[in-house]
Amino acid sequence: MTAVPAGARLSRRARSRAQAAPKVGRSGILATAFLFVCAVYFLLPAWWLVVSSTKGPSTLYSSEGFWFSQFRFASNLTGLFSYDGGIYWHWLANTLLYAGVGAAGATFLAAAAGYALAKYDFRGRQLVFSVILGGVLVPGTALALPLYLLMSKVGLTNTYWAVFLPSLVSPFGVYLARVYAEASIPNELLEAGRIDGAGEGRIFRTVALRIMSPALVTMFLFQFVAIWNNFFLPLVMLSNTSLYPVTLGLYTWNNEYGQAPQLVSYVVIGSLISVIPLVIAFLSLQRFWRSGLAAGGVKL
Amino acid sequence: MAIDDLQTPVAPPAATALATGRGRRRRGRAGWAPVMFLGPFGVLFALFFLLPIGYAVYQSLLKVHVSGLGLGPGSTTTEFAGFSNYSQVFSDQSFVQGVGRVLLFGVVQIPVMLAFATVLALLLDSAVVRFRRFFRLVYFLPYGIPGVIAAILWSFLYLPGLSPVVATLQHAGFGTVNFLGANSTLWSIANIVTWEYTGYNMLIIYAGLQAIPADLYEAARLDGASEWKVATRVKLPMVSGALVLTGIFSIIGTLQLFSEPQVLRAITNNIGSSYTPNLLGFTQAFTANNPNYAAAIAVVLAVGTFILSFGFLKLIQRRGAGA
Repeated sequence: MTAVPAGARLSRRARSRAQAAPKVGRSGILATAFLFVCAVYFLLPAWWLVVSSTKGPSTLYSSEGFWFSQFRFASNLTGLFSYDGGIYWHWLANTLLYAGVGAAGATFLAAAAGYALAKYDFRGRQLVFSVILGGVLVPGTALALPLYLLMSKVGLTNTYWAVFLPSLVSPFGVYLARVYAEASIPNELLEAGRIDGAGEGRIFRTVALRIMSPALVTMFLFQFVAIWNNFFLPLVMLSNTSLYPVTLGLYTWNNEYGQAPQLVSYVVIGSLISVIPLVIAFLSLQRFWRSGLAAGGVKL
Repeated sequence: MAIDDLQTPVAPPAATALATGRGRRRRGRAGWAPVMFLGPFGVLFALFFLLPIGYAVYQSLLKVHVSGLGLGPGSTTTEFAGFSNYSQVFSDQSFVQGVGRVLLFGVVQIPVMLAFATVLALLLDSAVVRFRRFFRLVYFLPYGIPGVIAAILWSFLYLPGLSPVVATLQHAGFGTVNFLGANSTLWSIANIVTWEYTGYNMLIIYAGLQAIPADLYEAARLDGASEWKVATRVKLPMVSGALVLTGIFSIIGTLQLFSEPQVLRAITNNIGSSYTPNLLGFTQAFTANNPNYAAAIAVVLAVGTFILSFGFLKLIQRRGAGA
């Protein structure tokens, strides 16, 4: 029993040492071990996905799930891209259109709106900002159903526009843009531009947008994820499978593999292929996330 | 407002300059410029945010009456029905049960996830831990995977016969663990949501921690505060703004719960068509062909979400002011 207080004393000493000069002591090893266990939890499903993407539909069920078996990656891949007339290509392209182009448009619109709210005094400014901020709290799924009813009135359901147009609106982007523009664009710079005779639009494009560029990356990423994660909107809007984003496509395959067993392999490898570019983009742009999240969190 | 006060040391100097009168006077006199900048966003916001909300409210006040067999033109009429759709929502057993289910989910899952995220952020912020960059990347990775795909992925890990997790637990002597049973399904969904969003929330909190000026720690350490005391007395209060933000986003997300249960319905019978309020609304609109009732559900859900997240914000702010 003497071991316990001894250990406690040791760790306390280690901690005080860590305070004086940060060094990896015993508590550091314990903490690192804990973080390692957590890392296994976050990585294990991804590892399973990578391993399973190399297996055929039968070995998927019969072999050890966390380790490789018969290597069928190439045939899975060709199967994925040729199934149903190569519809998976369509889904990837559609996703790029909805999430990529949609997020780029949304970022530009939100940047202009946030800039106007931060840098101009006009009547009703606070009201406009409050209404937009209220929009952040409106759940996207609550909007999807009335949007469907409205779109069907004008004959836009089951078209690209039905998913693309609502994706251009990012109230949270406006909020971030306003916070960032307020904190980072000096009024003197705008004033100097005006004295030089530049128009307001030109000042926005050449001065404001450049200063706001870190925030723009963050806003783009946020909106990209929001669109890519919004499963409800395409689910209610689209019935033509060639208009589907990749999430909705994989969801339909996932519901059908009881009838067509080879689909289970395509769901697995299709999931892997669809997330790889995004995961890489995400992890490499992480510092923009951090700065944007800090701005949003700090000001709340 | 107390949260604002806490954050003042971190706020960039330009922000404080703006609050003074000098900054304000310099703005304005631009005429139509703000309209030009706000216009495009404003139009789309009105069309795809405000109009649908208004339309949902309008539709929720109508009811379709079917006369005769409901066949042929003119056999159905749409009438103004007042709040009868709403009284139907609140007396609908499946709606009440669905709300109870997501509330139970939120009360358990949100604190667990945020506590988990906070612990990870504090550990990654402390100087004693190694491989911090690697851990940060790994924890954030699931956020790059869309909810539907995460749910599909986990559904394979829950499916008996396919899941290596079930097989491993069986080998380890835990018997056949059923992740998709009547009582366990909700917590299996909670696990998916936790897996997806812990890293994201961790990053928000971590960003807040990184913004704390180092001399604050020095002061605390000179006063003889331990690592634990620094974490609870200095760091946590400083990131309260970040915690509130993550809390509100989590509340909104939980009440909207849809994709994960919808995906898992493919492999379990324990998720009915009214499992969550959103699932009920979807079923009412597209299977039961009752858009007016579905509109009422959507409105109740949106208002409920707003009240809960706004109420949470006010509660936190008041408590902050009292302390």
